[in-house]
Amino acid sequence: MRAMVYRGPYKIRVEEKDIPALEHPNDAIVQVRLAAICGSDLHLYHGMMPDTRVGMTFGHEFIGVVHEVGPSVQSLKPGDRVMVPFNIYCGSCYFCVRGLYSNCHNVNPNATAVGGIYGYSHTCGGYDGGQAEYVRVPFADVGPSLIPEWMDDEDAVLLTDALATGYFGAQLGDIAEGDVVAVFGAGPVGLFAAKSAWFMGAARVIVIDHLDYRLEKARSFAHAETYNFTEYDDIVVHMKKITDYLGSDVAIDAAGAEADGNLMQHISSAKLKLQGGSPIALNWAIDSVRKGGTVSVMGAYGPMFSAVKFGDAMNKGLTLRMNQCPVKRQWPRLFEHIRNGYLKPSEIVTHRFPLDDINEAYHTFSAKLDNCIKPLIVPNGY
Amino acid sequence: MPYTSEKPPLTDTADLRARIPGWGVDLDPKDRPSVPQERFDPSATGAHWDFPERQPEKWPRERSIEHKFLTPVFGTSCPPKGLSGAMRQLAYRRYSEGRAAHWLILIAADRVDAAESHLRSLATLHPDNPITETGVMTEFHRHGIDSRIGKHRADLLHQTMDPIIVADPWLLAGGVVFLAVRSLIRSGRSKTQP
Repeated sequence: MRAMVYRGPYKIRVEEKDIPALEHPNDAIVQVRLAAICGSDLHLYHGMMPDTRVGMTFGHEFIGVVHEVGPSVQSLKPGDRVMVPFNIYCGSCYFCVRGLYSNCHNVNPNATAVGGIYGYSHTCGGYDGGQAEYVRVPFADVGPSLIPEWMDDEDAVLLTDALATGYFGAQLGDIAEGDVVAVFGAGPVGLFAAKSAWFMGAARVIVIDHLDYRLEKARSFAHAETYNFTEYDDIVVHMKKITDYLGSDVAIDAAGAEADGNLMQHISSAKLKLQGGSPIALNWAIDSVRKGGTVSVMGAYGPMFSAVKFGDAMNKGLTLRMNQCPVKRQWPRLFEHIRNGYLKPSEIVTHRFPLDDINEAYHTFSAKLDNCIKPLIVPNGY
Repeated sequence: MPYTSEKPPLTDTADLRARIPGWGVDLDPKDRPSVPQERFDPSATGAHWDFPERQPEKWPRERSIEHKFLTPVFGTSCPPKGLSGAMRQLAYRRYSEGRAAHWLILIAADRVDAAESHLRSLATLHPDNPITETGVMTEFHRHGIDSRIGKHRADLLHQTMDPIIVADPWLLAGGVVFLAVRSLIRSGRSKTQP
């Protein structure tokens, strides 16, 4: 089969690999119909995530058709059209039975601090991902779901991470009616978090980024008020000014490890790998939210330490909430929202690349060329 | 404003409801699927086991020493090999996730892995090609210049560092080859001199 393969920082290519085999009785092999590149894939691509091995196939956002199932699989059969959450989880450990699917303890031997994620380094379990023609899906009775007949592929693939994560991020903000919600980062997760904030009763949603084309999308897709932080001497002061010096009630970090806004923070993390990530967006969130407010962290960070302003967070009495999204918990409610016409996830898709051109897809997304917001990968044959 | 007890006036919710599709549909926390974040419900997952059957371990699988045992299911991509593999095994065997040494060794192993793999590829019919693998040619047909000029982007300065990161292993490999060749030539000269 054809598969994307990591060759070192900033370098990938498509190679022939063996079709993955069933390795556990509850495995399924899924033929990938559509995949996406996530902003967090760029942390791998840039060599930021420890134990990212040459030869690994990335991709934790994908949908497909069941090709083969193991002997203990009860809920799926070959030919089923399925969407697969980015979390790999057993469904039976201490954490899974409490709904913390992203924190499963039975799928990642390499680390206890994070669960299993497809194609996301050995730090997240060493599983190959879905930017390929086929992928191994462990615990087929637990993770994947049939895609509803009425749902199109592009909406389904966005439900496997970006939309679910943005929606989850808004929930972690504990938004109450009338709240002012600030979202740092206008990538896919930020756009979906901003959109979701309205569902929860926000009175004002503010999105901050430095890319004008993404801010334009935040206005048109998420009905948000937007600010380009490069146009202000100090975005925190500006946030205070536009909230009558109170600050927002909720702030959501949807930027994560490669946030721009402070060159030294970016270089020390993204280039020199001396931090788990550049905490500039998180620090802006901490400093611009009101005292007693809530900061929701949806941006992905590496396991190394980062220079986060915990003193300000403590002194302000903030609630900091964060987790990798337990994707499947979000699906029933999000299915309703899509079906009711409250949002159309695929509106944020800007590019579609054949699998064989995935090197160009990564560069376009990484360098923010061509007004790229969300690139999809279409394996050969579809 | 914060200097008095009043909260800033709220926007008219009727206007928001009319203007924004779905406004307030999840106003009630009971409608939010992750509230509360922990909800005990073993029947919700689809698992039909108390503890999963164990996947066969085909080679000694590295694992965090914070785990009691090898997890029953695990990824099998890219078994450790070469110097980078030895470094990774050391990081897992010796240091917990709480130690910076664990992560620093793994990051160093990643760089060694890249260099090893680039060198290894030179001995194959499919050597690494930094031009195609970086996708840099995309700059010419995806508006590389237009996407950057006059756009107030904060990432332009550090993007200039990316070619240096890409070139690092090639420069290192070139340096190693240069030193090896020079050393060979010098040793050859010293043997031929009377």
